[in-house]
Amino acid sequence: MNRTAEIVIIGGGISGLATAYNLAAKGMKDVVVLEKGYLMSGSTGRCGAGVRQQWGTEMNCLLAKASCEIFENLNEILDYEGDIEFKQGGYLLMAVTEKEVEQFKKNVALQNSLGIKSVLLTPEEALEIVPDLNIEGILACAYHHKDGHANPFHTMIAYAEAAKRLGVKIYTYTEVTGIMVEGGRIKGVNTNRGDIYTDKVLIAAGAWSREIGAMAGVDIPVRPERHQILVTEPVNHRLGPMIMSFAGNIYCQQEPGGEFIMGHGPAEHETYSVTSSWDFLEEMCRKAVRFLPYLKNIRVVRQWSGLYEISPDAQPILGKVPQVEGLYVATGFSGHGFMFGPITGVLMAECILGLPTTIPIDKLDLGRFERGELIFEPSVV
Amino acid sequence: MKSKTIVCRCEDVTLEEIEALIEKGYTSMDEIKRITRCGMGQCQGRTCRTLLLAELARATKTHPADIKVTTFRPPAKNVKMSVILGGIEDEQNG
Repeated sequence: MNRTAEIVIIGGGISGLATAYNLAAKGMKDVVVLEKGYLMSGSTGRCGAGVRQQWGTEMNCLLAKASCEIFENLNEILDYEGDIEFKQGGYLLMAVTEKEVEQFKKNVALQNSLGIKSVLLTPEEALEIVPDLNIEGILACAYHHKDGHANPFHTMIAYAEAAKRLGVKIYTYTEVTGIMVEGGRIKGVNTNRGDIYTDKVLIAAGAWSREIGAMAGVDIPVRPERHQILVTEPVNHRLGPMIMSFAGNIYCQQEPGGEFIMGHGPAEHETYSVTSSWDFLEEMCRKAVRFLPYLKNIRVVRQWSGLYEISPDAQPILGKVPQVEGLYVATGFSGHGFMFGPITGVLMAECILGLPTTIPIDKLDLGRFERGELIFEPSVV
Repeated sequence: MKSKTIVCRCEDVTLEEIEALIEKGYTSMDEIKRITRCGMGQCQGRTCRTLLLAELARATKTHPADIKVTTFRPPAKNVKMSVILGGIEDEQNG
């Protein structure tokens, strides 16, 4: 294992891998990524795979739009021999309360002003996109045709392989046990496989970021939250877009292979557990069949779960950590780290190299919590 | 021949694909499962799990007992959503 590095990235998920690739592509040498498990063992490899541009804040719209444009070309950008399976079947968001309808109107106006061509639909118009949808109780829908989903495994491997070709070292089963800080500067990291000396560290450790931050004496206010998912048997294609309800707390999409993947997100206790529960299975089936009645004849094949890292305002935390020279953070995605991953990689690489960032990220810095400048996103599951 | 030797029948994964990944350094069952979908199909790896384990043991010269096996996830068998929802109704009806 390397004993020195120009930067050590803690966390081999989408954010860490995408940043490593972009740093190496911009010429940084000796980039090291540390992953405590196998690749894809963390939150990215367990996610719902959705990629959407329909957001309720300008910042999220801009980040999501840029990220989506990278996804569209990612196989070519990374020269991947496989396929990240980016399917742009759209996202159909369903409003079931008057409050949501009002929010959707505001969101669509904002999105349109930023070049995202989302539209408001009546429930009857939504039937043209999802003919099997049970529209009972649905007041209105919002739809954007360029939203979709990608295969998280292949997206990660595409980044990892491209990064390795550029000389990035990715060490799996390598757990960080300490961060060396001297005189307010990063000196290196301790791992279960020895120390690595470096003057730059990026914390991209998802739900474990708070523990890692504490090793450098910095409080990163994210907490882990378990979210469960299930996948069905593959069947003929009949669902184009991802369907989603914020108030109903559900999302459901059909994969290119024909399997349905769906999740719902009850508030769970703070935990690092990634077990599955029967309660979830029952509630998930009930919610899914309510919107798509034909699902009742489809078999559930597998359940699993993963961790969101929830920040106080459910927004990413990106940028320099002012208290420690050489420390950077990319975490707090609150369930949306995969879809923001490609643009996170670009922005963090620019930030670390001291370049102007393509999209301003100063409002997303760690310091906003102390300053009380939280950013609230109305449209999250 | 290896291109025609099917390891995972549900997902059509060949021995050739698995050996290519091992060659690239993906030597855990968990990684190979996620990249190829070996064991992620409808039977949930009932046949291919042991075949993959044996291949990895041979390729990495590791005793099979020392290789971490992929997680067995619920439900144990494929279950129709109507059956799961029927169970809820039965309970509510006493």
